[in-house]
Amino acid sequence: MSIKKQYDVVVIGSGPGGLAAAIEAKKGGADDVLVVERDVELGGILLQCIHNGFGLQTFKEDLPGPEYAQRYINEAKTLGITFLLDTMVMDVTSQRKLYLSSRDFGYLEVDARAIVLAMGCRERTRAQVRIPGYRPNGVFNAGTAQRWVNVEGFMPGKRFVILGSGDIGMIMARRLTFEGAHVERVLEVQSYLSGLSRNYVQCLEDWDISLQLQHTVKKIIGKDRVEAIESVAVDDKWNFIPGTEEIIPCDTLLLSVGLIPENELSKKAGVILDPVTGGPFVDEHFQTNVPGIFAAGNVVHVYDLVDYVSMAGAGAGKSAAEFAIAEKERAARYIPLVPGKNVRYIVPHKLDKKALEQGDISLQMRVTRPIEEDVWLEVRGDENSIVKRSERYVRPGEMVTIVLKPRMAAELEKTGKLTVDIYPKSEA
Amino acid sequence: MQEKYDYIVIGGGVVGAMIARWLSRYEGRLLLIEKEADIGMGCSSANTAIVHAGYDPLPGSLKALMNVRANPMWDQLAGELNFPFERRGDYVVAVGEEELPLVEKLMQQGIRNGVPGMTMIDGPEMRSRERDINPETSGALWATTGGICDPFQVTVAAAENAVNNGATVLLNTEFQDFIWEGNRVIGVKTNRGEFFARWVINSAGIYSDNVMHKAGVRPEFFIKARKGEYFIFDRAEVQIHNVLFPVPSSRGKGILVTGTLHENTIVGPNANVIDDKEDTSLTKEGMDELIDGAKKLIPNLNLRASIANFVGLRPMGNGPAWTPGLNYNNDYVIEIPSNVQGFVNLGGIESPGLTSAPAIAEMVVDLLKDAGENLVAKKDWDPIRLARPRYAHMTHQERRLLCDVDPSYGRVICRCENVTEGEIIAEVHAPIPAQTYDAIKRRTWLGTGRCQAGFDMTRVVAILARELGVSPFEITKRGKGSEYLYRKTKDTEVTDVN
Amino acid sequence: MEEKNFICTACPTGCKLIVRMEGEEVVKILGQRCRKGETYGRQEAIAPQRMVASTVKIANGIHPLLPVYTKGSIPKRKIMEVLEKIRAVELTAPVKAEDVVIANVIGTGVDVIASRDMPAVK
Repeated sequence: MSIKKQYDVVVIGSGPGGLAAAIEAKKGGADDVLVVERDVELGGILLQCIHNGFGLQTFKEDLPGPEYAQRYINEAKTLGITFLLDTMVMDVTSQRKLYLSSRDFGYLEVDARAIVLAMGCRERTRAQVRIPGYRPNGVFNAGTAQRWVNVEGFMPGKRFVILGSGDIGMIMARRLTFEGAHVERVLEVQSYLSGLSRNYVQCLEDWDISLQLQHTVKKIIGKDRVEAIESVAVDDKWNFIPGTEEIIPCDTLLLSVGLIPENELSKKAGVILDPVTGGPFVDEHFQTNVPGIFAAGNVVHVYDLVDYVSMAGAGAGKSAAEFAIAEKERAARYIPLVPGKNVRYIVPHKLDKKALEQGDISLQMRVTRPIEEDVWLEVRGDENSIVKRSERYVRPGEMVTIVLKPRMAAELEKTGKLTVDIYPKSEA
Repeated sequence: MQEKYDYIVIGGGVVGAMIARWLSRYEGRLLLIEKEADIGMGCSSANTAIVHAGYDPLPGSLKALMNVRANPMWDQLAGELNFPFERRGDYVVAVGEEELPLVEKLMQQGIRNGVPGMTMIDGPEMRSRERDINPETSGALWATTGGICDPFQVTVAAAENAVNNGATVLLNTEFQDFIWEGNRVIGVKTNRGEFFARWVINSAGIYSDNVMHKAGVRPEFFIKARKGEYFIFDRAEVQIHNVLFPVPSSRGKGILVTGTLHENTIVGPNANVIDDKEDTSLTKEGMDELIDGAKKLIPNLNLRASIANFVGLRPMGNGPAWTPGLNYNNDYVIEIPSNVQGFVNLGGIESPGLTSAPAIAEMVVDLLKDAGENLVAKKDWDPIRLARPRYAHMTHQERRLLCDVDPSYGRVICRCENVTEGEIIAEVHAPIPAQTYDAIKRRTWLGTGRCQAGFDMTRVVAILARELGVSPFEITKRGKGSEYLYRKTKDTEVTDVN
Repeated sequence: MEEKNFICTACPTGCKLIVRMEGEEVVKILGQRCRKGETYGRQEAIAPQRMVASTVKIANGIHPLLPVYTKGSIPKRKIMEVLEKIRAVELTAPVKAEDVVIANVIGTGVDVIASRDMPAVK
């Protein structure tokens, strides 16, 4: 596979947001679309969400996560999008330069006309909910356990307590039950469920897994591996209510205590984040404060349904393609100024062909060596001479100026570059 | 089979590792035994990472002597062993006018201890150096020789250098008792058999009292655990560069707010004496205490940006003061006891133990020489231990070159700290192999970031299993009993490895 | 008359349904906001149905497990039985999404199908 130096649109992440963005960018006219995915395959976290419930809006079907992803993957693959798998974006600059790291492709630098940030979100951790006690093995984020159980094929415990009634936590409760593990309890510090109520019905109620609202973990017990947790009831201000403690023996505590948009890369690119959502400030095109950098899906704010993530991704992809095309058109108007015979440099280095319609453009340059006789100063197009005037001498210490006039615009249109030569008339 | 050594060091903390490194300079067979699955898992892995200037210990104590002697050794040590170390200087901050005399007194104590490079700065100057400092700051002691290091790498580097110079390190090897010939120690019994030596050195940290009692030494000496809890902050959210101490109290140096060489700010420790030497549990009261302590120095500290906690146990001994007549009984014990032969005894090496470690090692060598040991320098002793690549700290150009040489460095396993597969593989096959998740974590800083291993954990377990040639069921967080996995999802039978 | 309370799971809205029963017969459904809710409530009161998703062992795939699901709902009381059947399956990669893994599982008339492509290890 050949990797280009520049792409119209680079999408970071191939979850539902990223895939939809890449597809819409390509359909929207971006020629070169690159998707960078840190995992070994496309699809993102959907691949480990094997339960159904996805796609009711988009496909009017009740699909499991992998199947939902598969449909986008299949479409993306037919469109001629480039995918870099098992590849991490190490850095993004506000100039839309990306640094990529991969075992298969090495360390790469890629320029993008537009970028779509689609890194998704990450789970909140133990420290953010401040659980006292030991720090043994067996305290896992629900998503980590989900990957082990559903993708890698390992059970990380036998007896589980789940803290947090988020969707992943409830879905894992049922999943673990299906695979022969025992879920002792789901604890929720708030007085209401934090996930969808249908997940409560199908995942907890159906399987007699008890949910305790206004309860939390007071302490984790066990030095090497979790041996038990001490639960406690809390009041409306989350203060522990003395006397309500209960020791629940278990070997694993799963945390399902919320998600946070993943924006470390965004920050590197100078993208400003909303402290409330944790995601970038965006306009109606999902463009961030950095021109040409768009953001879509859970990286902007945490969605409840994947269908909406895909919609947001599609919107961002479309906008990114428009931006990239405009950039390309703007870039195509420019022609370079090439120092020819006895010219060391020319300022400006390039010019917008349309700019000549606005008035004169003066080209400033210095010569490489002095010529103490009559010289020609000549600006050439690919096949035609555009300006030719004479001077009595040229010297490196003295700047030379050649002026292009609006009447030359037609000649300029025919050429892909301008070359300036300065040479003695005697050599002409 | 009986293994015969010249020297056995009990305990692979920073002090044991440093003693091994110092002794590896001399001819003789050297063994270091460590009961845990990795070296540096006790106090050496849970401290404030500070190389102290030396104004804090009581003048005349062995603590003061060791601290002040060791502090200048760190530049050369860091150069030779290639671990992260920076002489950033530190501050003892007086909040309110009433604390100022205490700080001035501390500086006088430093002068008595022989600490160079200290000066008092006023409140406005302190505020200009740390803009988030408490506005009521009235002044500070600025100790320019204070430093910070990466204590994990210090311990690993010292022990690796010893191994490279011929020493043997045995992990999961727990001291049980001594082997005697009359009143001479001639070896140790462990869970992995007997090992013989001409000298046994007690560097057992929090259990050094048990070890010396087995040798019949200092039956009155006991170690209490002084628990210290800490918060670690996300470097993207909280950036305190300076090392900021509050005014010390009778309970210790107080709760610091300090930058680290991993650029994470840390807050801690508190100091609570507990009975259980294994109780590294985090307490709600402790967390509240830390928050109050931190707010005294940095009132607007964003506590929501905390990403992890850790807890350390300082081995506080009741050793009598080094200088006779001094009213102090928490001093270091570093001696060759007169009633036992072949035994070097250390005890109570709490803070500034990390700082003092090289001076303690040097003192152990001197004690051996004084005892008539003929130490012959090795001709081919190599003081240099090379650092292994750390992808996160490299420039784009360096990364490009490294990936060309070894593509496994291109594969990022830890997304927050940017630790790569190449780094993990290198640590597994290092002179002291990292065999647990935490061993990899301490060496590479993997899994310490804001997602707290959410992404890397499943991948690291798989890489460890592959590189160690074992089943994933055998991979642990920190040694036997801390396994990750129980059975395959589709097997109904439980694979109980315990 | 008997009243049963359900939370509708037909979509994420989670309407609170009240189903009035006369013996085994549904006489009135309240609380639904769409036709799907009506269907759900009736079904739930008489014979609850669920879709089931799990995994099967797969050899030679890029992962050791292949996610699968029932193409339609099956009786809730039969879930464990279906899971037993799923647990007994072992496939060999490659497999395509929607390939039938178990046809007409335990006579429910519903197929268990693959949730994704599983390419073979090259």
